[in-house]
Amino acid sequence: MSAAYWRRAMNTGLAAAARPLPLPKAGAVTASTPAPVIDPYEASDAPRWLKFLWRHLAARHVFVFALLLIYPFVATPFFTFQIAAQSLALGLIALSLTFLGGYGGMVSLAQMTIAGIAGYAVSILGVSGASGQAMSLAWPWWVVVPFALVIATTVAALIGWLSVRTEGIYTIMITLAIGVAFYYLVLQNYSVFNGFQGFQKVYPPTVLGIDWRSPVPFYFLVLFWSLAGYLFVKWLVRTPFGIALQGVRDNPRRMAALGFNVTAHRVAAYAVAGLIAAVGGILFTWYNGLISPNSVGTGWLINILVIAVLGGMRHPIGAFLGGIVFVLLQTFAIDVIDRERFNLVIGVVFLAIVLFSPDGLLGLWAKLRSRFGPRQALVSPTPRRQA
Amino acid sequence: MTRSLRNRWLLALLVGGPIVVFSIWALVDNARLYLLTLLNGLTLASLYFIVAAGFTLVFGLMRNVNLAHGSLYLVGGYVGFTIAEQTGYWILAMAGGFLAAAVLGLLIQVLILRHMQGQDLRQTMVTIGLSIVIADVLLWIFTGQVHQMEAPEWLQGPIRDIPVIRAYSAYRLSLLGFGIAIGVFLWWLLNRTRIGTMIRAGVDDRAMLAAAGVNVNLLFAITFMLGAGLAGIGGVIGAVELSMVPGEDTRLLLASLIVVIVGGMGSVVGAAIGAVILGLAETYGLAYAPTYSVVFTFVILVLVLAFRPRGIMGKAA
Amino acid sequence: MRVNKRFVVRSMVAAAALAVGAFGAGGAFAQGGPIKIGLLATLEGPFAAGGADGMRGAELALMQRGGMAGGRKIEIVKASSNANPDVAVNAVRKLVEQDKVDIMVGPLSGSEGIAVKDYSKTQPNVTFINGGSGAQATTLVNPSPNFFRFNTEGAQWMVGLGKAAWDKGYKRVMVIAEDYAFPYSQVQGFMAEFCRLGGKVPVKAWVPLGGKDYASTIARIPKDVDALLVVLGGADAVNFLNQYEAAGGDKPMMGGSITVSQDVLNYRGKRRDSLVGTISAGPLADAFDGADWKAFVADYKKNFPVDKGGFPSPSLFALVYYTNMKAALDALDAVKGDLSGGQAKYREALSKLELKMPTGTVKLDGNRQAIGTTFVTEVVKDSKGELTTRVLRKVDNVDQTLGIPKDQFKIGSRDEPACP
Repeated sequence: MSAAYWRRAMNTGLAAAARPLPLPKAGAVTASTPAPVIDPYEASDAPRWLKFLWRHLAARHVFVFALLLIYPFVATPFFTFQIAAQSLALGLIALSLTFLGGYGGMVSLAQMTIAGIAGYAVSILGVSGASGQAMSLAWPWWVVVPFALVIATTVAALIGWLSVRTEGIYTIMITLAIGVAFYYLVLQNYSVFNGFQGFQKVYPPTVLGIDWRSPVPFYFLVLFWSLAGYLFVKWLVRTPFGIALQGVRDNPRRMAALGFNVTAHRVAAYAVAGLIAAVGGILFTWYNGLISPNSVGTGWLINILVIAVLGGMRHPIGAFLGGIVFVLLQTFAIDVIDRERFNLVIGVVFLAIVLFSPDGLLGLWAKLRSRFGPRQALVSPTPRRQA
Repeated sequence: MTRSLRNRWLLALLVGGPIVVFSIWALVDNARLYLLTLLNGLTLASLYFIVAAGFTLVFGLMRNVNLAHGSLYLVGGYVGFTIAEQTGYWILAMAGGFLAAAVLGLLIQVLILRHMQGQDLRQTMVTIGLSIVIADVLLWIFTGQVHQMEAPEWLQGPIRDIPVIRAYSAYRLSLLGFGIAIGVFLWWLLNRTRIGTMIRAGVDDRAMLAAAGVNVNLLFAITFMLGAGLAGIGGVIGAVELSMVPGEDTRLLLASLIVVIVGGMGSVVGAAIGAVILGLAETYGLAYAPTYSVVFTFVILVLVLAFRPRGIMGKAA
Repeated sequence: MRVNKRFVVRSMVAAAALAVGAFGAGGAFAQGGPIKIGLLATLEGPFAAGGADGMRGAELALMQRGGMAGGRKIEIVKASSNANPDVAVNAVRKLVEQDKVDIMVGPLSGSEGIAVKDYSKTQPNVTFINGGSGAQATTLVNPSPNFFRFNTEGAQWMVGLGKAAWDKGYKRVMVIAEDYAFPYSQVQGFMAEFCRLGGKVPVKAWVPLGGKDYASTIARIPKDVDALLVVLGGADAVNFLNQYEAAGGDKPMMGGSITVSQDVLNYRGKRRDSLVGTISAGPLADAFDGADWKAFVADYKKNFPVDKGGFPSPSLFALVYYTNMKAALDALDAVKGDLSGGQAKYREALSKLELKMPTGTVKLDGNRQAIGTTFVTEVVKDSKGELTTRVLRKVDNVDQTLGIPKDQFKIGSRDEPACP
């Protein structure tokens, strides 16, 4: 094995977790065997689903959920729509990258491209205000949205298939190349993609009499899908597929020797990430009310990476954290410094995160907690990557 | 006929066939356009080759996807422009662009990347961050105004009275000369010098190189400097032909990426082949099917990735 | 459920964030207090230099009145975009909903204008005045009742050039233009007249915005055209000019309105001399000798000297932003700063305003679009060796339908109008 390979293996995954933890201070609780797991609700008479919730939800989950629910009613429409809904939609797209990069080990810069494909599909197949020309087909929304999701997921699988048969670092190059090539395609093509103009007036449909683009309904729409994506990812990484995927991330050779089809797992991961990105992409397009080549340009491809890294790729919540910080910076930077230097600020922040805290905000939080928080019992190890 | 020989013939036919048919049609239809486009494509390919050669050297030896390569191109271009404006000598501008980019590359390698050896992903993300920062700093200093550098006196203006084409830009033709010159220089460096041998050995097997007693850190630094310097030279050359505007960095970065993917990582010959393919595809696409020119690039990329994921001249890891 | 220190800390942080978020930076101010005007221009991206000059023009309008209008102090809140509609709408939404501006001036680019117009329909209590955007669709298709445009748009800017070209003897012209709404309108403005006089446009080459390599386009120029109409802006124009000259091109050129704008004529490079003699048309001419114009130029030079970043002469962007901001302020004077009642009186004042601006008088038509003056110009070198434009002809009262009856008028697009 080459030195770099060995070093990499030592610094990630199982090996890092297996290294001995620092010695505990005198007086702390030590146990050589994990404490037996007692289920406090086993004897109770409550229905199964209630016991399930009791077991898995902590106070903080309920609190945050309640906050999210009442937020639009206490915040101004601007904050609900431009800050919260945008953060959540971007967070959803970044979630796909967190899943693919954090749990799959493949950092793809084409997630925004997939999101853009879904957005374009919705614009082309559905209703838009494309300058009077018959560029949009005006199919009903309940046909358009599933179609868009299918198209985007298929393209994601294709991109995955193209990218995964080479060594890891190639993935970034290939996906960036594909992403930028797609940008130039939609910029220069007029018959299908309407070139530089893109499509305007791409709005969510009016279903059940509610205008889904007004701030509060739209917020709940995005919140619903963000929660769905978040819970989906959390569930998926604990399934056999998810565990196998993490195994493929950590040691593909061993997994192949064990009989797992490494390529198939990776392509499937791309497809799943593509689905999540597609949902986020449709929501983001509806948020903007338009889609243009700029939405899938290099700037946005890298912004999604920035968001995912900013929040931290170790846990799905990192994507949403990154989204909130990014949108806040983007909206309010002009009040603090010249808006023109916004890119500099984002670049410096990103650089600082990668250099000093590669796990992003979540990593910083974890470090602070371990410094200042209550002393942890040795019985609960925190592996570097959560399963 | 053996199977692989037959496959080669099949490939040549599948790829070469349509090209030959198209060429015959185009020559009959408008010979001037065809030949002009051919020249345009080759000259553009030279620029791409110069920039991509640096990228592929760095990638091949250090497995580092230097996404700040485009920004180094910009740095070279802007510095070259400033020097040309101050002194009026284009040669000084070239040297200045090369040095500026090389020094910046050296600093990046020694101060930042060296401490992250082995963490390929982290290195790449650092280069992304650096590219954003460098691009914005350049925008701050030079503003969004267009900087169009002057070609040297003896290269200005068109060469007239060429058969069929009538006239062609002298400077553009000189690009071809530069590309060949740099290609020859790189060949000499890689194949006839000690350093070149070490670089080639490192591309094949890094660990063995270190085990053989070579100062790997020094070698990495030199290679990164060379790669960055090549981007800088590309910037100075491009500043005349394509002018310096923020946004050029992404274009050249994309071109380098595609050239390296198609040509194969770590191979300068591969970079040349990839650059020719990309340059020709782009210019012919722009000339004959403007709204679909990118599709050709896309298709080439996809075909290469599908059938030869390591690129045409790439070797297995 | 565990309530521990972690939980308490996290809830405090969340509550703090919520408090900051929910109560934002709102704030009503009483009548008589300062009026907030939002100003949006493209300070990033392809039109960055033009956007910066636009802001200078708007600030000049305010400086000339000492920062007051209608008896109230004016506060300007700036925002920036990069010629992309989603960025522009986000910036405008922030200015309107978060910074609570009363009047919104901007944006600069054509596609941004259409997106901002769509947004303006959702904010009936704020008046939107254009900055520099010149797409026809903004006021011709689904106009918004609270979106006003006091500058003439792309097609209007080219009125007169068709006739000038015909008079010069150009019978066949090739069009090379960027592929988006603004150049479509410019080409239409030219072709409406040119085709009517009998001219022919055999080839139209639409190039992508920001594309650098014009070698292929130049290769496609047919031998039998008399002149080229080049509607490119900024960096694209500079690139094309250089590449064309280097390739041995010798056909006379005509320029679109932003092709011979100051930011192109000022580009840092020596080969711009090849531009001398190019005819064009637009809302201004640097060497126009109207008294108002000269005063405006002098004022601009005094407040924004070249060493502080100003251009040697105000550009088209400075003029249009100045016009729109001046209209906003003049109307405020007319209603004495009264923005009550959903700004109804203010909007009426705007609709009826006869704006006196440096190049003539501007009135609004039924769609709140300006009817104004267009100049046919030629590029010359002045005594200092700087390139400027001088007036060949002045056309007054140009309206948006270019003299064509409204029901027959179609918006310019890639294929419309056509006279091969």
